[in-house]
Amino acid sequence: MNGRNVFAVFAKELKDALRDRRTLFSTLIIPTFVIPLLSFGTLGLGSKMVAKARDQKPVVMIVGGDDAPQVAASLAKLGRFEIVPPRAGHEQLIADKVVGAVLLLPADFAAALRLGEVPRATILHYEGELRSGFAADELERFVREFREQQIAATLEAKGLPLRTVRPFELARRNVAPPEKVGGNLLGGFVPYLIIVLCFTGAMYPAIDVTAGEKERGTMETLLCSPAARVEIVLGKFLLVLTGSLTSMALSLGSMGATAMVTGALMHGGAEATVAGAGAGGGSGYVPMIAPLGLLGVLALVLPVAVLFSALEFTIALFARSTKEAQSYLGPLMLVVLMPAIVGMLPGIDLNTTLAFVPLLNLSLACKEMLSGVWHWPYLAIIFFSTCLYAAGALALAVRMFNREDVIFRT
Amino acid sequence: MIEARHLSKTFADRKRGTIHAVQDVSFQVEPGQIYGLLGANGAGKTTTLRLLATLLRPSSGTAVIGGHDVGTAPEAVRRQVGFLAASTALYGRLTAREMIAYFGRLHGLAEPEIAQRTTRLAAELEMDDFLDRRCDSLSTGMKQKTSIARTLIHDPAVMIFDEPTLGLDVMAARAVLRFVRDCRARGKTVIYSTHVMSEVEKVCDRVGIIHGGRLLAEGTLAELAARTGQRDMEEIFVQLVTAEVAA
Repeated sequence: MNGRNVFAVFAKELKDALRDRRTLFSTLIIPTFVIPLLSFGTLGLGSKMVAKARDQKPVVMIVGGDDAPQVAASLAKLGRFEIVPPRAGHEQLIADKVVGAVLLLPADFAAALRLGEVPRATILHYEGELRSGFAADELERFVREFREQQIAATLEAKGLPLRTVRPFELARRNVAPPEKVGGNLLGGFVPYLIIVLCFTGAMYPAIDVTAGEKERGTMETLLCSPAARVEIVLGKFLLVLTGSLTSMALSLGSMGATAMVTGALMHGGAEATVAGAGAGGGSGYVPMIAPLGLLGVLALVLPVAVLFSALEFTIALFARSTKEAQSYLGPLMLVVLMPAIVGMLPGIDLNTTLAFVPLLNLSLACKEMLSGVWHWPYLAIIFFSTCLYAAGALALAVRMFNREDVIFRT
Repeated sequence: MIEARHLSKTFADRKRGTIHAVQDVSFQVEPGQIYGLLGANGAGKTTTLRLLATLLRPSSGTAVIGGHDVGTAPEAVRRQVGFLAASTALYGRLTAREMIAYFGRLHGLAEPEIAQRTTRLAAELEMDDFLDRRCDSLSTGMKQKTSIARTLIHDPAVMIFDEPTLGLDVMAARAVLRFVRDCRARGKTVIYSTHVMSEVEKVCDRVGIIHGGRLLAEGTLAELAARTGQRDMEEIFVQLVTAEVAA
């Protein structure tokens, strides 16, 4: 094999691709600008909406409790709620988003308390509606505090200390380091993103250098040269791989940079990380990704990118036209995504069998590595098995390129 | 030199079964000679030439080009061949100069040599005005000149032309025919396929008439005329094909 020919084909394909607006758009512009803008734009918009909903005073209504005006008075005293007077059709009012939540009390609520009965307070809300959810949460917190006050008053009246009903305090504290939290939160999402980016990054170049060449009539011109078929395949394949890796690197880099800027803006910069934006939610806690884990992910991604590039090259080569190639590769995206989605499901852990399942193994291993967990034997199986699959896919590409019925299928 | 020895090519087609595109074709072309392969559309001309250019592998038989067998040394064969066909298009996003240089590199030429040969070819083919323009912006004639330069960059001993004037206007077609004659004058072995009778009369030293994948007859124009009793190339062709169909 002549390496000079491989490089000549690659250099020509690269020059050709850099002059093609469609390739530039799909490989450079979309991953660098569009995907981060869309991701963080959507995330930012969502965060803004949530923050806005959270900042607004929940609109609530108290229905019943005619003999317990102190409930409404306590609620009003807090100043956290906008209380609307009770009126009929409160369920419809919640559905119409006029009221966020309604506190339903029996008409003789205070009397029942005095008699030692256990009256029921019910909070009505609209499941799935953000503002209604916030209103219900706040209302529930108020009712719990109110109940605590009632208990304290009752105990005090009977000369009993509060510890009679609360013998000990309960607290919850996170012991997971930030990178573990980040790994668990983002471990499923990052490989999903990488798989999508690797696949889409390879798609257009693969189509252009195969079905595109057939369509434009340049394939036969190239075959007239003394370059061996395997040299042509490798040169073209390297371009597809470059497209795949470039697209992924640009997208991840751009998303990382956007996340860092967003994180810096949100948390004053000190704790901002790739994982910072959005992942911390409203808790003020910023999860991180283990940097070594990220490196490990990138090492495992390389053979996957080779596998995708070779497969997409082979499939696109079979097609007569770019349109036909797109119709093959488009649906394949869904097939490729399935293992990544399965990997995100809780309860599925890496084992020897799953370490041989392509893509699913990457997904599961990424989750672990980003959490700082390194199962070396599994990682070795994943790396070498994926390399083997990638080599098989590349061999298939060469074989297909040598088939006259494929190469002259126009 | 080109020597086709009992070349055959079959294709499997799901609808039509086995197609015998080329059957037992043998001929020989000497250096400094233009061999015309004359046939109607679908006669087997392109398949024969693709076999010679090693784009396809023979089902049986073989061909030897410049001492190399198409079956066992395809790369060595392609190093000696310049193949120009209506189906060999140019890369639209490359300039004419880049296109020529790319094929120079694939033929193993060094960069200074490529530059030197490109300059010479551009002068010979009057390409200086558009040498640095992208191929997708060139006229049909300019494209054909670029294709010719692409086939000549490695100075091949054998030239294979598959209907090179297809779709060209009169002036561009004349330029191509002039170039084909130049190749003969330079001692190259030339094979020229066409279905245009007048082109055969103008440029070919020997003619092979192909029909249904079979070589029906071959010889000089005078030999074919004597054999059929016809003087006009079209009449010669029609008589030979009609006789074959009747048989």
